[in-house]
Amino acid sequence: MTAAPLSAWGNLGWPPAAEVRRCGERGAPLPAVAGTLLPYGNGRSYGDSCLNPGGTLLAMRGLDRFIAFDAGSGVLACEAGVLLADILAVFVPRGWFLPVTPGTRYVTVGGAIANDVHGKNHHAAGGFGAQVRSFELLRSDGSRRRCSPTDNADWFAATVGGLGLTGVITQAELQLRRIGGNAIAVHNRRFTGLDEFFAANAEAEHAHEYAVAWIDCLAKTPRGVLMGGNHVDAELPAPRGERNVPLTPPFSCINGLSLRAFNAAYYGKPWPTAQTVHYQPYFYPLDAIGHWNRIYGPRGFYQYQSVVPPAAAREATGEMLAAIAASGQGSFLAVLKNFGARPSPGLLSFPMPGTTLALDFPNHGAATLALFERLDAIVRAAGGRLYPAKDARMPAAMFRAGYPRLAEFTSYVDPKFSSGFWRRVMENN
Amino acid sequence: MQKILIIGATSAIAEAAARQWAARGAALFLVARNAAKLDAIAADLIVRGAAKAGTRVMDATDTAAHAAMLDAAVAALGGIDVALIAHGTLPDQQACAASVELTLHEIDTNGLSVVALATRLANLMEAQGSGSLAVISSVAGDRGRQSNYVYGAAKGMVTRFLQGLRNRLAKKGVQVLTVKPGFVDTPMTAAFRKGALWAKPEQVARGIIAAIDRKKDEVYLPGFWRLIMLIIRHIPERIFKKLSL
Repeated sequence: MTAAPLSAWGNLGWPPAAEVRRCGERGAPLPAVAGTLLPYGNGRSYGDSCLNPGGTLLAMRGLDRFIAFDAGSGVLACEAGVLLADILAVFVPRGWFLPVTPGTRYVTVGGAIANDVHGKNHHAAGGFGAQVRSFELLRSDGSRRRCSPTDNADWFAATVGGLGLTGVITQAELQLRRIGGNAIAVHNRRFTGLDEFFAANAEAEHAHEYAVAWIDCLAKTPRGVLMGGNHVDAELPAPRGERNVPLTPPFSCINGLSLRAFNAAYYGKPWPTAQTVHYQPYFYPLDAIGHWNRIYGPRGFYQYQSVVPPAAAREATGEMLAAIAASGQGSFLAVLKNFGARPSPGLLSFPMPGTTLALDFPNHGAATLALFERLDAIVRAAGGRLYPAKDARMPAAMFRAGYPRLAEFTSYVDPKFSSGFWRRVMENN
Repeated sequence: MQKILIIGATSAIAEAAARQWAARGAALFLVARNAAKLDAIAADLIVRGAAKAGTRVMDATDTAAHAAMLDAAVAALGGIDVALIAHGTLPDQQACAASVELTLHEIDTNGLSVVALATRLANLMEAQGSGSLAVISSVAGDRGRQSNYVYGAAKGMVTRFLQGLRNRLAKKGVQVLTVKPGFVDTPMTAAFRKGALWAKPEQVARGIIAAIDRKKDEVYLPGFWRLIMLIIRHIPERIFKKLSL
């Protein structure tokens, strides 16, 4: 018997790793293997950036211990396999919160650094990497470096957003932030058309620490709901237990009909202008449904997440939404958000000033890939880029065009490390 | 504040239980072979809210070291309210069949060392007139099977020994809990493909703590194993011997 293969969130049927090695002690050396290595956290990257087909995956969840917490300063030291969910479970009741959190709390600290993930407060706080005080990087030559914005700053810049390719992050120091309770005051506002979105979003960013919009990408004129949020000094009971999609249905439950119906109903449901909610449904609506990725059936799904610079944002976003609506393919998880001006620390960090659009698409093979090519052309013409953590198909040229510091980054890649993504964008061209 | 001794504290189930106890503010004393891992776990438990997390390096098969370890635990904690014996290995049955030495070593690790520790802890708690002794046995101890009868024999000895201790200590205010986990997804079972019968260590740990809190005698974890093992125990031997289990 062998252990089940480690998979990526998109379930696109990548070949498995040849071997999985479990990391359980942060002081232990890396295993000696013949082929290449890649750290694997909690498998929430959508495509092959967290996979190493034919090579070795280092399963990092075994490194899930806290190391120290300074209740005065809010600095938490922990191992890299700790989930953000673990941090929240322990520290929210004590009045601390993550300074930046992505849309799922089921990612590891190491994964959050390696993908320089972002959240609904990017306009105010920057990305996850900007909140990391330091981490330890273990390389295949046995070297260990403490990396911070000031110590080994070049290694810090290469490893934040470095997709796990520069070595293994064994532990990190994070700066938590004070909260006065577990509740979020949410302000909802419907909008129709992108002009209204941009105007409303500018106001929301001023009034709210968090701001994100859901959009109905199947409507003729883009419409959606902008959700601003602020922490408030209030305690609410935790939501009911999580539900679970227990198995993958034999076909995708997401099709044109179900999408149109969902989007119309979601847009049309009552959206109270102001409400106070527990932090979980505001930040992590999908975490309430375990294995929600299974609803896309055995063929899996893609996520397409782009960012385009501010000058081109209005026009390029409109073109992308028009192309998606025209294709008849679409997504019920369409998210629109502006990134702020705070620079990302990583050489390969995805966030940059501008507008990011994230959409899930059921895998319809060639038709889906053809749509992505049209979207690529729009993003590239606008001077934008795609998010490797979400990607399963971007051409090498698209990657190079989007990441001008790629050449600088490659000199920091550990010679023993590689991933499916890395080989796809660096070798197959 | 509960004062808790955990032997085999680096095992996945023990660590999960320790985290849940730490969240309650318990004082803990952790015993295992690997010093680096013990230190990492102790630091983690302090962050999670443990009042104390003492450590001691010991190989459980070194029975000569048991008495000093218990003295150290009592000194560190000021008495022992709960002791969890959780150490163990999963022997390679085929290798055991080919080696008497390995077979006896596995019986020592999973059976005799537990009996030795339980003897001392029972006497200590009997003298205290209070305490909970929880020991991780296994469903494998309920019936011998060709795929792991060395492990099953050691765990069967533990189960039977604990029955006797429980009978002896029932009138002395001491709880003796036999824990019988089924398949648990831990590093010990990393090589197995996990199906619907597999449980997470956190889930088993929750069950152990609940059983201690409720002063139970024996618990299958998850609970459906009670039914599975009831059936397995009642298959007639002339049929059972022909099964591939």
